[in-house]
Amino acid sequence: MIQADLNIVLPEVLLAVFAMLALMGGVYTTKDKSAPLVLWATSLVFVLLAAWIGVNGEGTNAAFGGAFVDDGFSRFAKVTILLSAAAILVLSQDFMTREGLLRFEYPILVALSVVGMMMMVSAGDLMALYMGLELQSLALYVVASLRRDSVKSTEAGLKYFVLGALSSGMLLYGSSLVYGYAGTTLFSGIFSTVNAGDISLGLLFGLVFVVAGLAFKVSAAPFHMWTPDVYEGSPTPITAFFATAPKVAAMGLFARVVHDAFGGAVADWSQIVAFLSVVSMFLGAIAAIGQRDIKRLMAYSSIAHMGFALMGLAAGTAEGVQAMLIYMAIYVTMNIGTFAFILSMEKDGQPVTDIDALQNYSKKEPTRALAMLVLMFSLAGIPPLVGFFGKFYVLKAAVDANMTWLAVAGVIASVIGAFYYLRIIYYMYFGEERDALNGSMPMVNWLLLVGSAVVMVLGVVNLFGIEGLAMAAAGALVN
Amino acid sequence: MDNLLSVITFMPLVAALILALFLRGDDEASQRNAKWLALIATSVTFLLSIFVYTGFDASNTGFQFVEERDWLMGLQYKMGVDGISVTFVLLTTFLMPLVIASCWDVKTRVKDYMIAFLLLETLMLGVFCALDLILFYLFFEAGLIPMFLIIGIWGGVNRIYASFKFFLYTLLGSVLMLVAMIAMYMDAGTTDIPTLLTHTFASETFSVAGVTVVGGLQTLMFLAFFASFAVKMPMWPVHTWLPDAHVQAPTAGSVVLAAILLKMGGYGFLRFSLPMFPVGAEVLGIYVLWLSAIAIIYTSLVALAQSDMKKLIAYSSVAHMGYVTMGIFAANQQGVDGAIFQMISHGFISGALFLCVGVIYDRMHTREIDAYGGLVNRMPAYALIFMFFTMANVGLPGTSGFVGEFLTLMGVFQVNTWVAMFATTGVILSAAYGLWLYRRVVMGDLIKESLKSITDMTTRERAIFAPLVFMTILLGVYPALVLDLIGPSVEALVSNYDTALLDSGVTTAVAGH
Repeated sequence: MIQADLNIVLPEVLLAVFAMLALMGGVYTTKDKSAPLVLWATSLVFVLLAAWIGVNGEGTNAAFGGAFVDDGFSRFAKVTILLSAAAILVLSQDFMTREGLLRFEYPILVALSVVGMMMMVSAGDLMALYMGLELQSLALYVVASLRRDSVKSTEAGLKYFVLGALSSGMLLYGSSLVYGYAGTTLFSGIFSTVNAGDISLGLLFGLVFVVAGLAFKVSAAPFHMWTPDVYEGSPTPITAFFATAPKVAAMGLFARVVHDAFGGAVADWSQIVAFLSVVSMFLGAIAAIGQRDIKRLMAYSSIAHMGFALMGLAAGTAEGVQAMLIYMAIYVTMNIGTFAFILSMEKDGQPVTDIDALQNYSKKEPTRALAMLVLMFSLAGIPPLVGFFGKFYVLKAAVDANMTWLAVAGVIASVIGAFYYLRIIYYMYFGEERDALNGSMPMVNWLLLVGSAVVMVLGVVNLFGIEGLAMAAAGALVN
Repeated sequence: MDNLLSVITFMPLVAALILALFLRGDDEASQRNAKWLALIATSVTFLLSIFVYTGFDASNTGFQFVEERDWLMGLQYKMGVDGISVTFVLLTTFLMPLVIASCWDVKTRVKDYMIAFLLLETLMLGVFCALDLILFYLFFEAGLIPMFLIIGIWGGVNRIYASFKFFLYTLLGSVLMLVAMIAMYMDAGTTDIPTLLTHTFASETFSVAGVTVVGGLQTLMFLAFFASFAVKMPMWPVHTWLPDAHVQAPTAGSVVLAAILLKMGGYGFLRFSLPMFPVGAEVLGIYVLWLSAIAIIYTSLVALAQSDMKKLIAYSSVAHMGYVTMGIFAANQQGVDGAIFQMISHGFISGALFLCVGVIYDRMHTREIDAYGGLVNRMPAYALIFMFFTMANVGLPGTSGFVGEFLTLMGVFQVNTWVAMFATTGVILSAAYGLWLYRRVVMGDLIKESLKSITDMTTRERAIFAPLVFMTILLGVYPALVLDLIGPSVEALVSNYDTALLDSGVTTAVAGH
């Protein structure tokens, strides 16, 4: 029995064991000198695990009495999380070394938070949910303030921690209400309670609090306040990490809770999610216009993108979940490329985050500028780039679910949002003649930047087949 | 060849890729190579498109040269042309080599410039060939990217404002169309344009938030598509992006914008609004007619007051597009025939007029009308060609401009005499601003010091104008060349439209006569 259960959670166990071994090794031997090795090893482990999960996984298996679920949905999310985390680790090596931040704890903390994320997307029980979420969050709080001697970085970590604790509190309060009114913490149990009859007021209350807590984790407005500050304050590679894997995990968890536990009350949560979606899209689009700092800008951009992903969720259908998964996969790819670029924004060895500094960049570095141009148009959702297809899927899901108003609001927000992506292009291509940035870029980062831009262009052919995978994943979650 | 349309569409893209990947350096030689490669690619595209013309059977009103392949989520990669779209394909392939030749003197970022135009040609051809809703949208919208860069990188002083305005204005129009397209997909279960053309969308009157919508779903969808195409056309009062974009764009960019990009709006009306939402078109058609009449008079008057040559021609374009929308929504044979003819003819004439401005702009680097005067003394050949196209723009019989205006006016006259009457004043007004511009720039004595050394057109410039002059006269004296091509398709379109209206019980203006 326990043997079978352990088999199902083997990837998570292996990753956790790896993280602890690496920690021991680091502590007892060379400390920070081995950091690059640990970093590369961690990202190699991520990739291997992703390949293993992607190739081997089959069917739906529940472990520990249903507290941990391994199904198509969780596998899709896990592969996305692992690959994006691996990419970000590799990206960060050069920057962290130059800034003197490459401590061996960094990859280990990332590995631990990834264990938490894998736990989150597989959660089949409110307890498992909370455990995964906290493991992920605690590791993230620490990496946010990795630059101990910087006021901004420690502020980011503290802010993230305090607000994160608040949201965890809300989530816990909601969970306790749900437990109280459903009599179980198992999602399947809650599902049958909800399905059995009218959803009771207490359960509804619990649902609202749980959703609020989750909205905080995906940084959906109006629970987004921490995002710009944390993005700005954290070291750039950490910001890149925040923008990718944890977002996928939180969206995955969100989908799991609303469908696995509250799948019988779609009408009740769908309107809340739709509200979060509209507010996020507009806030992300409008608030980013005033930003001059590219990291803050990306923070608002991610809020807007989460709004679009939530639109898929708000549809409350399998198609909606499929759209959300495709959207997240595309979003993560675009962000990896964009942050590879942001990491190279340097002038005379000093990191620069002011977008004004991008003036005249295309003359100096035509290839990088072109890749960034493609990524910006893709983020803005202009066809034929892949970013458009992400939007198309969620819009279609929304219209399909009779939420045309949401789709209309979404496209209007996307036009407003297009403005600030265009502005980056404008600085790079039409800006004044002046000394451009002169940061170097290691080969790996260059490959990831150009690679993700190429993916954005070539994806128009068939999206690299993720459509079918996402459909299977969504089918596993929504019955 | 059964994939001829794809070959034509993607030929420029392949050339652009070759340029981007294999051409290095920015010296004189590589600039020349870039220009020659672009010229050859666009010329070969044109030659190939002649096969489409010869192989096209005008009496067949269905889609020809159809190719089909599966794409994402039930969408298809489907290409094909009918009598209406084939004319636009030919117009595009015909003009592009001239456009490339016209930017021979560009010195900054030549390679990128050529890539942008080649990319743009692929996207424009895709718009006219696409037979899948989303594929159409993809090409339609993607065209914004190269145009944004063309205006932004190679444009005039105020290029940033113009490029942003162009991009966001047209994007806002198009995204509503996207939502309507998704709704159509839901309703009809397919995005295949030939199937959608035979699908009847619901037209029962319903009310949204207390507002009664006559024509129901069709009216709403018509409005969503209208938002996109009216901005693209552009129609008054959403035309304000056009003068800015035209003035700031480099000459070749203006030519493409006026001659081809604007036609996407008209093509969209003919492909989607009229045949797919006949009830919506009937309910709102009369407003479109009046908007067109206002556009013709208002923008002609505005053109009179301009001091910038390009702006004047831009406003004249808006006025001429007014005839097009008027003809389309007259929804009878003459009107629609005239509208298509007007678009083709405007493609040659407005393109040539922007080139005319480009010729003297290249020499004097100003577009102010006041900076010129008496050019005829030093540039006789230029004066002749400018004269010819000014007359064609006015609609002088014997030039293609006359045929289009006359047919659209005749079509509208049968539907609404008042609109026709007001629109006809536009002919007089266009003579007023056209001839006045000509007098101020070309006639009189050459007294300005700066103009004393201006030179006449070079052989290259003359060679660019020759085909345009030829086509303008040819279509003016032998309009059957275009009308025979589009006639059967237009006839089918109009009769389907009338049948659809009869079936839905809405009385048509035409049937009422």
